[in-house]
Amino acid sequence: MRIVKLYVVQRFYFDHNATTPVAPEVLDAMVSCLGQVYGNASSIHHFGQNAKQRLEAARRQLAALIHCQPTELVFTGGGTEADNLAILGVLRARSSTAAHVITSNIEHPAVLAPCAQLEREGVEVTRLRVGASGVVNPDDVRRALRPATALISVMHANNELGTIQPIAEIAGIAREAGVPVHVDGVQALGKLPVDVEALGVDLYTMSAHKLYAPKGVGALYVRKGTKLAPIIFGGHHERDRRPGTENVPGIVAFGAAADLAGRNLAADAERLTVLRDRLENTVLSRISGTGINGSRWARTPNTSNLYFDGVDGEALVISLDLRGFAVSTGAACSSGALAPSHVLTAIGLSSDRARASMRFSLGHSNTVEQVDALADALEASMTHLRRISMHA
Amino acid sequence: MPEETIAVAMSGGVDSSTVAALLVRQGKQVVGMTMQLWNQRRLPELAPEGTSGGTGRCCSLDDVYDARRVAEQVGIPYYVVNFERQFEEQVVKPFVDEYLAGRTPVPCTLCNNYIKFDRFLEMSDSVGALYMATGHYARIRYDESSGRYQLLRAVDPSKDQTYFLFGLTQPQLARTLFPLGELTKPEVRELARSMDLSVAAKGDSQEICFVPNGDYAAFMDAHMKEAGIPATQTSGAIVTADGRTLGKHEGVHHFTVGQRKGLGIATGEPLYVIATDPLSQQVTVGGNDQLLRSRFFVRDINWISIASVTSPVRAEVKIRNKHGAAPGTLHAAGERVEVVFDEPQRAVTPGQGAVFYDGDVVLGGGWIE
Repeated sequence: MRIVKLYVVQRFYFDHNATTPVAPEVLDAMVSCLGQVYGNASSIHHFGQNAKQRLEAARRQLAALIHCQPTELVFTGGGTEADNLAILGVLRARSSTAAHVITSNIEHPAVLAPCAQLEREGVEVTRLRVGASGVVNPDDVRRALRPATALISVMHANNELGTIQPIAEIAGIAREAGVPVHVDGVQALGKLPVDVEALGVDLYTMSAHKLYAPKGVGALYVRKGTKLAPIIFGGHHERDRRPGTENVPGIVAFGAAADLAGRNLAADAERLTVLRDRLENTVLSRISGTGINGSRWARTPNTSNLYFDGVDGEALVISLDLRGFAVSTGAACSSGALAPSHVLTAIGLSSDRARASMRFSLGHSNTVEQVDALADALEASMTHLRRISMHA
Repeated sequence: MPEETIAVAMSGGVDSSTVAALLVRQGKQVVGMTMQLWNQRRLPELAPEGTSGGTGRCCSLDDVYDARRVAEQVGIPYYVVNFERQFEEQVVKPFVDEYLAGRTPVPCTLCNNYIKFDRFLEMSDSVGALYMATGHYARIRYDESSGRYQLLRAVDPSKDQTYFLFGLTQPQLARTLFPLGELTKPEVRELARSMDLSVAAKGDSQEICFVPNGDYAAFMDAHMKEAGIPATQTSGAIVTADGRTLGKHEGVHHFTVGQRKGLGIATGEPLYVIATDPLSQQVTVGGNDQLLRSRFFVRDINWISIASVTSPVRAEVKIRNKHGAAPGTLHAAGERVEVVFDEPQRAVTPGQGAVFYDGDVVLGGGWIE
């Protein structure tokens, strides 16, 4: 049967925290590598050396972005794998059996789930609570420390709220106690300046596809001297920390994206803050029963999480999609699940308000016109949805 | 967005897939939505060995895959909407409560009343669709003289689903389309084939969607275990109407009126369940003749083609899905109706629906007390 395209609409993307499109420069770098560089980076011959050179150049590009040594970077198959490697790897490198991990209750499932797995294996886990601001209090970290504490894992920026955590302070407390600190930086890389030296962290997780590079590539910064056991086995790649033939084109793309981010970071942050604030100010002034979830101040410049009281977030997302606007309810991983977002409930939202919340995450392609069109569409959808719920 | 958008409830089966394709072929603006009602990981003990989840037909990943594939084929926007919370509150919980109260519930009717034609319709409205369509076999018609929407049996009597649709209100009927009501199942399959739908040869679903293999007792046992209800709370004696104890049973929810199998009693004559009493936890058994009843009350009635009954009305009354509606008279009894059959009927079962017909037209229906 003939396929008919019924909904011909212009489409605008406001879901950059879920993933980003591949930037043209990144695509060029990746495609040329994919087409020309096919050697195995472990091989002795010219083809292998060529691949190895591209791999190491990309490692230097990423190292420059976060101010570390290239040798301190381990490339992985993505952010989730890097989080797992950091958490399970540190715990498995310990000799003593009694162990304790400190994390927060607004972490991504890529951190919460390996912590839960450790718990099943007998490790004690403290999940620090955050207040309405969505920011971890460093004093809580200090109070949670125990002699057996083996790792502190706190995210740099929250994926749903954009809230920035006081990583330098937490790392300072950890250093005094001699405990390594892991930071899930997936939502911070490319949005905030990241200097692992200045932050004082020991492990830092990154993901390429949040940075205008493709899916399936991640990296873990491992400070020199940090004890880390591998979690998968099969080769000597990445200094024995992550076996498996390197995804050279993907890593090359990651390097190009890191380069791009380094050059554009400040200008992007300024531009996206203006757009994000414009969206929020328009929505908050034109639509009643709306507000910002989490701290308004310490946030990544591109992220806005708003509640729209009295509506079903799922209906609003579909309604906006049919109008051509891609946004999300909570984290993509929570969508379709029974429970409302664990982050929104952690900052004290009722389950009704959590279900009525929406995440807008801006990026390169967004313009003032798009933001204004989104605000108009939100207003139209909200008027419609509220009229229906009045009749229901 | 165009005004006349239709939201199709897509289960991933051949019927609702055909509905979506038919409406697109008619040039309608269509949005496909699949309701996620039940988490397959719930009650894992019901899953057969070697699988990761339950085998209830509904809401499996395979069905969502099929529905998404059809939506892609016919070129419509498609979404999965999550009503698990509402399904738990308004279908599963009442289903369990009814069983524990010694009645035999009809969860499909509850799902139609509270989920499909309520939550789904509301979601349709939310996304800008004025109408919803499903793959049910039934017909809706507006009757000028009474000013009411009527529900009629499907043209294909073997597929007619009006028994499960008696709860539809006038506003719901006004906004619902049943494009398959005029077609037979073979015709629907032929249509699906002619439109090259990927699901054209998919098998029909039969049992209650969230109960694997139609095993209610196993579902109830698993649910009670999850809810922490001890088995001793529902086990008891099997007795005759004149008070003789014949044996023991492991829970009143294992029995339904008219049931013959699974009593675990060897006697000369065939024995049937006559009644279950959750208070005394007794199951009463007897001969086939003790199952016959000619009058009973129906509560919570929804009238469809008529506004109510004041004087006695003749009707054919269907007391379970597989029952071939029997003639009788409806007598108003306050909010309730007393049904008096012309001939006594077998196994009038509390908790089941009673649906009143005038030929093909559904007068209304309610729950057997």
